[in-house]
Amino acid sequence: MNGLKKIAGLIWMLAAPVLVYVLVSTAISEINRNPVIDTKIQWGVFVVVFIPIAIGFFVFGWLAFKGEYSQLPEKSEDIR
Amino acid sequence: MSKAVNISENKQIRQVIAASSVGTLIEWYDFYIFGSLAPIIAAQFFPKTNPTAALLSTLATFAAGFIVRPFGALVFGRLGDLVGRKYTFLLTLILMGGSTFAIGLIPGYGKIGFAAPLLVLLLRLIQGLALGGEYGGAATYVAEHAPPARRGFFTSWIQTTATLGLLLSLGIILLTRQSLDAKPEVSIAKFEDWGWRIPFWVSILLVGISIYIRMRMKESPMFTKLKSEGKTSSNPLKESFTNKSNLKMVLLALFGAVMGQGVVWYTGQFYAQTFLENICKTDFGQSRTILIWAIVLATPLFIFFGYWSDKIGRKWIMMTGLLLAALTYRPIYKQMIEVTATSSALVQDGLTKVERSLTPIEGKNYGLLTMTTYTHFDNGILEKQVVKDTLYNTDQKSVKPEKKMSRTLPQNKYWQMVMLIFIQIVYVTMVYGPIAAFLVELFPTKIRYTSMSLPYHIGNGVFGGLTPFIALLLTTIYTQDALVGLWYPIIVAAVCLVIGSLYINNRIDKNVND
Repeated sequence: MNGLKKIAGLIWMLAAPVLVYVLVSTAISEINRNPVIDTKIQWGVFVVVFIPIAIGFFVFGWLAFKGEYSQLPEKSEDIR
Repeated sequence: MSKAVNISENKQIRQVIAASSVGTLIEWYDFYIFGSLAPIIAAQFFPKTNPTAALLSTLATFAAGFIVRPFGALVFGRLGDLVGRKYTFLLTLILMGGSTFAIGLIPGYGKIGFAAPLLVLLLRLIQGLALGGEYGGAATYVAEHAPPARRGFFTSWIQTTATLGLLLSLGIILLTRQSLDAKPEVSIAKFEDWGWRIPFWVSILLVGISIYIRMRMKESPMFTKLKSEGKTSSNPLKESFTNKSNLKMVLLALFGAVMGQGVVWYTGQFYAQTFLENICKTDFGQSRTILIWAIVLATPLFIFFGYWSDKIGRKWIMMTGLLLAALTYRPIYKQMIEVTATSSALVQDGLTKVERSLTPIEGKNYGLLTMTTYTHFDNGILEKQVVKDTLYNTDQKSVKPEKKMSRTLPQNKYWQMVMLIFIQIVYVTMVYGPIAAFLVELFPTKIRYTSMSLPYHIGNGVFGGLTPFIALLLTTIYTQDALVGLWYPIIVAAVCLVIGSLYINNRIDKNVND
């Protein structure tokens, strides 16, 4: 199971930049297709909000790949 | 003696749940009335003819719901871990109630110009901030009072409040809309003119009651103990997000539970409503009562799944909800289209009625022609089409006519639709009922408010709140498939299901007093 968690971690790490690429390229093409203020704001918000989340997803994948989730903390002392 | 102590403890926990839940319910009510009245508010404050006002309108919609909520989680979460749960969520309640009431007082764009949309935007931002700080405090407060074996059950009452807040907002809006005049059409016109302000004013009464109740509450016993021992965090933000051990739990909470819960919540209760009105063309009033029935029938299941999670653990109830949602959304929405379809039905001859009215515009060479066609189909659906056109008394051609269509469902189809929405809300209760207890158990007391609030509001506000917008955008890009918008919640729920199943523990934490 721990091996699977690590392999899946690699998938999350790879998925993060792919998500950013898809998001930014779709935003650019949609803004070019309909260059009104509503489209710019909508896609601008999507890009600004989802890029930090994608970075978080990459970090999550990296931690999983390193085996950080092989053993979850049982009590708060393990977290501190 | 011990029986007397138990009775006293039960009474105390009931008071804690009531005080926390009422306040949280009112905050959700305040947040949703703005969304439910968005078209009327836009007409009052954000005229489309003015591009800057339209820009502010888009910002008010997006910024408050999706960007500001996580910031509210950080600001008030930090405050809650520094000064205490009680005073922090008292403050969020005052901010939310005050800004909601104030929105109801702002004169329209026609009277004060740009100040109107600017004030609305500012107050909407305060609403978003306050909401970001409320939920984590209420859930933490109840959980820290609850006995370990009943934590899921007690916190599930908090979980009903978002849905009940939506229900309350729909109910008060419908009631106000229909009770301003004996004639329905006059009542609706009055509501759109000034009556929409009433639901905003009602908020101050509800908030007043809730503040009175919350003022009488005591601070969380676990936080009080930490404070008396001098063990509270001096920098909750730093401890929550720069400490690797805690950060990994924040990320796990977000990607393994809350992002999936967010999309399931918003698909079942918001996208379903949008879909009913825009794709199925269901009548305005009917689409709202369908949702109200489905919510009323499904709400007790929040409590049931919270209670059950105390017996079998939180994880698999939430994961089953995600799995069912990912597998069945497309068949459910396909069925919703079929229930309201008239393409294969036969028009009942002799029952079709056409009404025409021409309203001359004083001093102009044109009038407004309104043509309303009522068509009865043999499957019981009544279709109403209203076409509004400008009719010139010269040979000048009219501008593009405005068309609106709505369908009124017969009883059997109405209840079929209630059932289809009910199923979706059952999924909501599965993923949402146990999640407060799950989040509380994931983090230590001294940084709990901060640590659980941020993933909750990113999952709910960003992943969930964007569901109707992203789904709608997908339908404008891929116009051939009316169900294409569902791929967003399906994919997010499926990824969350895989992550949650792989990485989350099903363990119930017996001791959150640490």
